[in-house]
Amino acid sequence: MASFLDKSRTVAPPGYSRWLIPPAALCVHLCIGQAYAFSVFNLPMTKLLGITKSAPDDWNIPQLGWIFTIGIFVLGFSAAFLGRWVEDGGPRKAMFTAALCFGFGFFISAIGVAIHNLWVVYLGWGVVGGFGLGIGYISPVSTLIKWFPDRPGMATGMAIMGFGGAALIASPLSVWLMNQFSSNTHIGVAETFAVMGAIYLCFMMVGAWIVRIPAPGWRPEGYVAPRVSPLITTNHVYVYQALKTPQFWLIWWVLCLNVTAGIGVLGQASAMSQEMFPGRVTAVAAAGFVGLMSLFNMGGRFFWASISDYIGRKNTYFVFFALGAVLYALVPTTGAIGSVELFVICFLVIISMYGGGFATVPAYLRDMFGTRYVGAIHGMLITAWSMAGVFGPVLVNYIREYQITHGVPKAQAYNITMYVMAGLLVIGFLCNLAIKAVNARHHMTADEAELAI
Amino acid sequence: MSNGLKLVLEWGFVGIPLAWGVIETAINAAKLFQ
Repeated sequence: MASFLDKSRTVAPPGYSRWLIPPAALCVHLCIGQAYAFSVFNLPMTKLLGITKSAPDDWNIPQLGWIFTIGIFVLGFSAAFLGRWVEDGGPRKAMFTAALCFGFGFFISAIGVAIHNLWVVYLGWGVVGGFGLGIGYISPVSTLIKWFPDRPGMATGMAIMGFGGAALIASPLSVWLMNQFSSNTHIGVAETFAVMGAIYLCFMMVGAWIVRIPAPGWRPEGYVAPRVSPLITTNHVYVYQALKTPQFWLIWWVLCLNVTAGIGVLGQASAMSQEMFPGRVTAVAAAGFVGLMSLFNMGGRFFWASISDYIGRKNTYFVFFALGAVLYALVPTTGAIGSVELFVICFLVIISMYGGGFATVPAYLRDMFGTRYVGAIHGMLITAWSMAGVFGPVLVNYIREYQITHGVPKAQAYNITMYVMAGLLVIGFLCNLAIKAVNARHHMTADEAELAI
Repeated sequence: MSNGLKLVLEWGFVGIPLAWGVIETAINAAKLFQ
């Protein structure tokens, strides 16, 4: 088994098509992105004992919310601290480990639900599954970048598009499975967890099985190295050395601010659309709006990351921040003039750029720090996502509450939030503006780079 | 197995579930316009 997982066993033979690699990455990301759909279990898990309504000993929503929070925290922690191990061990070992963690996270959670012990669910999906999320998220990044040196944005965009698209599969699948296993006296969450764990374990194992790394020195046919540009290095920066550069922290803030602006409204989109247009946007239409946002979140990841290969990473983020700030500032006006169409368009573009921010950042890191440790450096950067996951919703919720308690009508309660989000994007614009090439003193020497892995 | 067949199998393996999810979501999203 050890030899099957060994990096040397994953080197592609001559003539191997590089287009066989994105499906391997998608096998992993289409599973771990289930995290975005975890909330479909919240309501059923509040009625495991009472069945038709919550019993006194049933879990409540705040208690259940911790499952997702722990999972996302462990995702950031494991991506940051295990990135070097992922890079050294190669993609197959990482994907294999991620599959075991994510699959068994579900199995442990199934036991937790069956015995009605929430701590076991925290341990299962939150901690064990969280390690699967973190390791799985970064596992294919550097492999894809090495296979697609001419289009790194598109390559990583494809994988990270899978993460955004996973919820589109997991959400209806979870609901369907729960319906199959539920009866008048039982809610089938435990069985659904067990089946989903088995599906994800198998699906991710296929990814680990088919992934390959290019042979040393491999280049795609007809490959022409990009024009010399100060913002695309041909050198490499050691993972921990990258933390000492201002570029890493500027990109950290670029990601954090872009995600903060998007994630805050993503969770509130349904309520916001109904409150800003009372009587015009029904609950059913709002659910449709959320579905449309999911599609644009997914599509934006591929679209914007692919565009970045042509216009450059820095310019892509300039578009995110400048256009995003204008659109956010425009949202209150859409409410004032009662234009649902304009409101929907604004948010669809915003959410596509939110997804695009995730998908473009691995290629930005590759441009700045080289390919040698890009996966591990990307892992460190994921902490920006964890931070934004806290900041974004808190900002939106607290500002809204503050407005309402001070007598602002619900239809206008999001106006200040929109201007704050626009302001955050302006700060992101300035951070992006400050990004310059990494100082040569941080580069690895040719010998170090050769010996590094 | 040829590269072509492998490409069809691998892309089908990930593409079919993703397409199913996209269609399900698109049907749901269509309610916005009703």
